[in-house]
Amino acid sequence: MRQGGLQLLALGLMTAGFVVPPMGGSWLARLLALLCAFVTLLGATLGLRRWDARAEGASDLIAVLVGAAVPLMLLEGPGPFGGAAPGLWLFLAGWVLLLWRMLSMFSRLPGGGAGALVAPALFGVALLYLWQVLVVGFAVPQVLLPAPSQVGHVLATQFDVFWLDFRQTFLKAVLAGYAIGCCAGFLVAVIADRVPFLGRGLLPLSGLASAVPIVGIAPILVMWFGFDWHSKAAVVVVVTFFPMLVNTLTGLAAADAMQRDLMHSYAASYAQTLVKLRLPAALPFVFNAMKINSTLALIAAIVAEFFGSPILGLGFRISAEVARLNVDVVWAVIAIAALAGSMFYGVIALVERAATFWHPSYRA
Amino acid sequence: MTTEALLLAAPPITGIGHRIAPVVAILALLVAVWYAAAVWLNTPQVVDRFESDGKSWNARQLIEASWSMERPVLPAPHQIARNFFETVFETPVDNKRSLVYHAGVTVSATLLGFVFGTVLGVLLAVGIVHSPVLDRSLLPWIIASQTVPILAIAPMVVVVLGSLGFVGLFPKAVISMYLCFFPVTIGMVKGLRSPDPLQLDLMRSYSASRAQVLHKLRWPAATDFLFASLKVAIATSLVGAIVGELPTGAQAGLGARLLSGSYYGQTIQIWSALIMASIVGVVLVALVGVAERLVARHMGRSA
Repeated sequence: MRQGGLQLLALGLMTAGFVVPPMGGSWLARLLALLCAFVTLLGATLGLRRWDARAEGASDLIAVLVGAAVPLMLLEGPGPFGGAAPGLWLFLAGWVLLLWRMLSMFSRLPGGGAGALVAPALFGVALLYLWQVLVVGFAVPQVLLPAPSQVGHVLATQFDVFWLDFRQTFLKAVLAGYAIGCCAGFLVAVIADRVPFLGRGLLPLSGLASAVPIVGIAPILVMWFGFDWHSKAAVVVVVTFFPMLVNTLTGLAAADAMQRDLMHSYAASYAQTLVKLRLPAALPFVFNAMKINSTLALIAAIVAEFFGSPILGLGFRISAEVARLNVDVVWAVIAIAALAGSMFYGVIALVERAATFWHPSYRA
Repeated sequence: MTTEALLLAAPPITGIGHRIAPVVAILALLVAVWYAAAVWLNTPQVVDRFESDGKSWNARQLIEASWSMERPVLPAPHQIARNFFETVFETPVDNKRSLVYHAGVTVSATLLGFVFGTVLGVLLAVGIVHSPVLDRSLLPWIIASQTVPILAIAPMVVVVLGSLGFVGLFPKAVISMYLCFFPVTIGMVKGLRSPDPLQLDLMRSYSASRAQVLHKLRWPAATDFLFASLKVAIATSLVGAIVGELPTGAQAGLGARLLSGSYYGQTIQIWSALIMASIVGVVLVALVGVAERLVARHMGRSA
């Protein structure tokens, strides 16, 4: 019932978009937009009738998709729909309500598999879309917030530049630093586990390190290792070291006493217990650290570039273009970094799934 | 009473020694390595200077000189300690050279951003717990937002807000907020869902409204999660405030000290700013811990 009310409200708002003067006449000037708007209204009305959940969802989906095209068409070119077009915004408000209703229908779908990805994917696309429409519709100055289409255009036209930046920051600094930092943290944890005195000394100190803004050592390391990617890799090493150390130490303590007793009764040596029981038991913690580190590493490398770098690199590009107020380039770099970070994280999550398939969290 | 009995009656000192000794040993080792590294990294410059002066030198002079350079590659711990002491205790707080003054600027931005971030994080969590749409659609994006190098946006936020006329505290606080809302949201979603089904059923049988369930059951159940998240959040908030001070050439704040130190090669200044930042971070986290204990006592739990 409440959902039906939502849809009625959406329909009302969208219809009001046509009749609000003085915009009512202007819709007629763009026949295609008018046609699409009518299809949207029709779809939304059909969705209101409750014959069949699937048909209802389908008509709503069509209404949302077709409706999305209407504001884009109306905003194209210097039409009468500048900053203050009440009709357009009423229509858009109704569209948002319709979208909400559709998303709530999708989120009631049984979860699992690709179905679970539909709602968030639609939500993300809708956010990008609203960003575009609002920025263009309200004529937000480009310095403040560029439209996604602008960012996409910059991405496409300056791809070569971005590729070189990406190679400098990600493929050189981040990957090298990440590998060294994670391995060092892991090895030190194994040694500290073998020598309890060391472990008891290191654990409180590395706990302290999580409260300390480690990124602050970036200027020092840039001074030591020079402007090229080596100094950024060094920052990444330091930043990724502590999470790996703490997590691995916790993980090595994760195998429970019964299991250790069993290994003991098999007369297993330290090395055997480590390799066959305790390291596998620590794997979920190690992967947790690797996932945390994957995003930390990228951030650290970018921030380190603010303190000096050759004339390429993602962080250099950001600071240089911000100074020239080329905000669209900055957003393009951020999009690249976000994509790289997500993919890095995703790859590690996939490896984790393959390596720790036995863990309860994957067997549910 | 014999001394033996006294010793037996005394609290188990060995327990404390057991925990403190390793930390002290590691710290001592670190300081020793530090001094050695200072010699190793600074000697090339010292040798250059001696040679250009045409003086002969022995090992002792070399080491002494490398521990007392004005712009060393790696300052020795006592140099940092002296600079720290001078800028913290011997400089008036309203002086631009006082580290307390710079720390105060950073802390105010940190706390403002922390408050904003906590409020935003809690609101998002409440929304996510109560709306299946937000749960399914928004939560994945909040998690994905953490793969975005948010600090990378910092310079832009500062510049953009600056062009709108917002300068000083506010842009830095926005960056802190952006960083610290995430742990709060994730922790609180978990916390608000932590009451078990039996308890929720009981509230239902009282015909409690959603607001009542939130206020009387979910919120108290989530306090542990809230404080665990707040400890993470305030540390990241500090990082956000420091990074927020980097891009605009801010005149005040620990980040500004780091940046000006790196421009002018004032390594000692960088290190003492870093030490200050670390102390501030540890103190802030400890304060959240104190608040946690107070709240736990207020709620009638012995934590």
